Amino acid sequence: MGFEGIGASVRRREDLRFLSGRGTYTDDINRPNQTYAVILRSPHAHARIRAIDTTRARAAPGVLAVFTGADMAADKVGGLPCGWQVKNKDGSPMAEPPHPVLAVGKVRHVGDPVAVVIAETKAEARDAAERITIEWEVLPAAATIEAALQPGAPLVHDDVPGNVCYDWHLGDKAAVEAGFAKAHKVARLELVNNRLIPNAMEPRCAVGEYDPATGDYTLWTTSQNPHVIRLLMGAFVLNIPEHKLRVVAPDVGGGFGSKIYHYAEEAIVTWAAGKLKRPVKWTADRTESFMSDAHGRDHVTHAELALDEHGRFLALRVRTLANMGAYLSTFAPCVPTYLYATLLAGVYTTPAIYAEVKAVFTNTVPVDAYRGAGRPEATFLLERLVDIAALEMGMDRVEIRRRNFIPKDAFPYQTPVALQYDSGDYHRTLDEALQASGWHTFEQRRAEAARRGKLRGIGISTYIEACGIAPSAVVGSLGARAGLYEVANIRVNPTGSITVFTGTHSHGQGHETTFAQLIADRFGVPMSQVEIVHGDTAKVPFGMGTYGSRSLAVGGSAIVKASDKIIAKAKRIAAHLLEASVDDIEFKDGMFRVAGTDRAKSFAEVSLAAYVPHNYPIEELEPGLEETAFYDPKNFTFPAGCHICEVEIDPETGEVEVVNFTAVDDVGRVINPMIVEGQVQGGVAQGIGQALLETCVYDDAGQLLSGSMMDYTMPRADDLPDIRVGTAVTMCTHNPLGVKGCGEVGAIGAPPAVIGAVVDALRDWGVRHIDMPATPQKIWRIIEAGRQRRAAE
Amino acid sequence: MYDFAYHRPATVAEAVKLLAADPEAKVISGGMSLIPVLKQRLARPSALIDLGAIPDLVGIAVSATTVTIRGRTTHAAVAASAEVKRAIPALAELASHIGDPQVRNRGTIGGSIAHHDPTADYPAAVLALGATVHTSRRRIAADDFFTGLFATALEPDEIVTAVEFPIPEKAAYVKFPNPASRYAMVGVFVAKGPMGVRVAVTGAGAHGVFRHAAMEEALAKSWSPEALEGITTPAADLNNDIHASREYRAHLVGVMAKRAVAKAG
Amino acid sequence: MPKVSLTVNGKPVTVEVENRTLLVEMLREQLRLTGTHVGCDTSQCGACVVHVNGASVKSCTILAVQCEGAEVLTIEGLASPDGTLHPMQEAFREYHALQCGFCTPGMVMSAIDLVQRNPQGLSDREIREGLEGNLCRCTGYHNIVRAIAAAQVVMHGKAKELPRAAE
Repeated sequence: MGFEGIGASVRRREDLRFLSGRGTYTDDINRPNQTYAVILRSPHAHARIRAIDTTRARAAPGVLAVFTGADMAADKVGGLPCGWQVKNKDGSPMAEPPHPVLAVGKVRHVGDPVAVVIAETKAEARDAAERITIEWEVLPAAATIEAALQPGAPLVHDDVPGNVCYDWHLGDKAAVEAGFAKAHKVARLELVNNRLIPNAMEPRCAVGEYDPATGDYTLWTTSQNPHVIRLLMGAFVLNIPEHKLRVVAPDVGGGFGSKIYHYAEEAIVTWAAGKLKRPVKWTADRTESFMSDAHGRDHVTHAELALDEHGRFLALRVRTLANMGAYLSTFAPCVPTYLYATLLAGVYTTPAIYAEVKAVFTNTVPVDAYRGAGRPEATFLLERLVDIAALEMGMDRVEIRRRNFIPKDAFPYQTPVALQYDSGDYHRTLDEALQASGWHTFEQRRAEAARRGKLRGIGISTYIEACGIAPSAVVGSLGARAGLYEVANIRVNPTGSITVFTGTHSHGQGHETTFAQLIADRFGVPMSQVEIVHGDTAKVPFGMGTYGSRSLAVGGSAIVKASDKIIAKAKRIAAHLLEASVDDIEFKDGMFRVAGTDRAKSFAEVSLAAYVPHNYPIEELEPGLEETAFYDPKNFTFPAGCHICEVEIDPETGEVEVVNFTAVDDVGRVINPMIVEGQVQGGVAQGIGQALLETCVYDDAGQLLSGSMMDYTMPRADDLPDIRVGTAVTMCTHNPLGVKGCGEVGAIGAPPAVIGAVVDALRDWGVRHIDMPATPQKIWRIIEAGRQRRAAE
Repeated sequence: MYDFAYHRPATVAEAVKLLAADPEAKVISGGMSLIPVLKQRLARPSALIDLGAIPDLVGIAVSATTVTIRGRTTHAAVAASAEVKRAIPALAELASHIGDPQVRNRGTIGGSIAHHDPTADYPAAVLALGATVHTSRRRIAADDFFTGLFATALEPDEIVTAVEFPIPEKAAYVKFPNPASRYAMVGVFVAKGPMGVRVAVTGAGAHGVFRHAAMEEALAKSWSPEALEGITTPAADLNNDIHASREYRAHLVGVMAKRAVAKAG
Repeated sequence: MPKVSLTVNGKPVTVEVENRTLLVEMLREQLRLTGTHVGCDTSQCGACVVHVNGASVKSCTILAVQCEGAEVLTIEGLASPDGTLHPMQEAFREYHALQCGFCTPGMVMSAIDLVQRNPQGLSDREIREGLEGNLCRCTGYHNIVRAIAAAQVVMHGKAKELPRAAE
């Protein structure tokens, strides 16, 4: 056994099963007597359902049942709930139209579920679904934000005038106006933050089961947070009390946010299993994923930054239109508000900020959090604006950032947009990234590339993000309908092995390894003595799940808190066994020792005594060694860092190649450097994907044109460079581990660095900004327009 | 996928007989285009006639003047063939970049050209090299073979048995892949040899692969990238989609053609 | 029902299928070899890659009936009977080349075929190009490339032990 504690790149324990084909993903689960559901979805973006005829489908071979929205309504099935209520500027609540599980009366996006067929085999269900006939009255669609806000636009929800979900603001408008009044220069930017489709490699899947003997329901589902699904589906949709509903999220093949939400299909299979008294399985085809998984981003923004004559930021004004899609997904309303506008200070001392956000319903798939969620949008806007400000001021891009950084002795730092940063050293991550990327020798590489006929550019972003959204009381006051703590239950078994039940969920993050390292470190036991259990509401007391890079900062802290309780109790047992005062007991390297003596008991001996309490302080202490802790953070954590990207553009085709990428991040204390690097690399890949490749395209009728991997550009191995990752940490000051989070930094930091590099490469063509993705065609058009301009001159 | 009958004939004659007996039947070779179509339920053949058990349909033969590739030879086999690499390196290289490695392990030349997907690579080689398509009943010149989008001169009961390529003096293929699907968004095959100077463009044309007369004329006069300077491609007949407008495709045809000529040497 | 007889991971099997049954459906549903995954329906993602007669293929784009008489190798058949991992499996673990694990079986099967077909050795660029048929959404591919580069050294007999990753 090598060093396994905090700071060791322990190889992952989960890998053996994944590498040998023995993982258990939801679609690998087959229950006895299982049936298969296929969902008939709307081919129209917006249409009234005049009539549905399921007669022929019901008569098809193998078919057990066909259900529509009317059947669910008759059974009093509720709509899919939204977990966050944002308020309008005037204090009134947002528009929150119903979201039926199966459409009732009207469909609102291509892919909206209309009916479900349940049959003995999937093929039979699919065959039968084609035999359902629907009489449609096709309505004009509002497929984009702009279209939805036109006067007289089609109404996505008849009772939501103007398609506006909410009109919200944050910040001090008057202070911002004062800042602009004294500005030396103003940098302005209009941008689109492109809509993305998450595309975790595992398509969503759900298996529902009902036990008529006990009345118990079980749902296996591809979820990042099974307890949240149990709460939402049980309480709001199906009216099943928690104690009669078990939700299991087994191995999950990636989520990136898209598997946080409670989806219609989970309710459908659970409800149908009860109706049929047989298990019901639904597995998405990828084509279905494209039109039913929540999408991400999709903002249109106008921003202005006021600067003084030294290039110091005086004030920032932002107006954003955010697409909600057709319905409010579970956390959708908070993404362009509390996860976005609150980040607009970035790493800078901008004294006054005012943001207005209008959320808009459209006839598209619901939009919700996708890796980074709000923070990539804030960072992209801010970092692009800072680059433009540098241009306006004739300043170096690095210098203007340095001049406006929050200094490292200014923490805790209160921003003008509600957040209080606890720690950071932005100059240090910047310096290390400049060094590692060879920023200062870039011009040589640019010249060398030019000799090869390539346009080379370099871009930089100095970002901040907020993870582990908290505390519960504060988010509650901002409209969250849930607490945002995390739960850990630690069960020390009689022989001293340890089972940890965590409310977080691992779907690629390696918690089974990292959390076991924490325990090994805390208790001085080998990792082989530690088991991490997650993803099952029947085993884990409660949990809020994994998203927003919260698992270690919040879930890990809960584990530490529960560990402390265990150690406190074990010390009392040890004191009894060692006939010493509890104050004299030290716990180190797995041994309880009477301070200053060689009298000691091992952790295993103390554990055994707890379960075989023959010699035990039974009068003052219960037997057993098991503790539960709920950890509600005092604040967010604030990872930050610097990403630097170099690209080369082929001026004849417009193709962009990312040739260098360097990330130096402050993610707080690093438990497993190997896993942290992997998380950053994966995030950067998604960031490069957003910047150069990926975009969701609807036509005016609301048809999804990028509806498969044939048209939605997923980053492939040869699209991406080696991704160099370094860390330069400061400790989080308010959680016991000092950790901040690393899951999203890549997706947040990378896009502006990439686009900055593209713009820099095209500097001779008069470009100030390019919207994402910077596709070859877009770049060719810029160069071509420039060539024609030059020819005309 | 809808269900279908499945036949696995042992000879071409047997396959043709099965095909003639059932107008709704389809031939499956590598299946790399057909199976995705079936999975999307975009076609409903009554039967699939699998050429996979016909040994006569596999193989590569090289003579002093021609390379003949039998219909069910995979792209991987063509790409790896030392003989093809020697005789027509551009063809081996084209085959080595079709789809992805798994597609190349299954996909076949006969299937590719019979399907005539407008974004397929092989049709460009067949047309630019002036190949002759051998079928179960006749020989068809490349210029007569591709008749439109997903359309060829093949009769319903006719099977591609081989493609015979004259060995050119110079040839090269350069493509610009669609960033998402990686199919050719624009691919240009240039060749000079016994068949004259020919330029074939795939991926771009609204009606499938086509020859570029203006470029051929220019290159016949002077075989150099510079000879293509100023030659444009009318955008009207080109594809237009979310990845590339007609105008961008027209531009890329010029760039790819120049690069292909440079590569051919 | 049609029957297909083939060898899967060294064992002869005969399975009743429909003509429309895909190889991946037969492996997962009938043989319960659920290590082979389905990540898309357009033959793009490569999560389903297995070897058929020694060549990597997408098992979602081949009919079970087309595999009559074939030898199929899946991720479950890769390790030695004593549990010793194939060098490619070992390298993926050592270099943290997997996160959620969903693309991993297909990625490993493709990588093995890629290395086997290139005894001369592959550069990082060639490895990236050779992975064109496999999508991974978690890793950014960086560590996958490193793992394959390390595994090829062992697979080509140039080293007995897998080069270790940095601590």
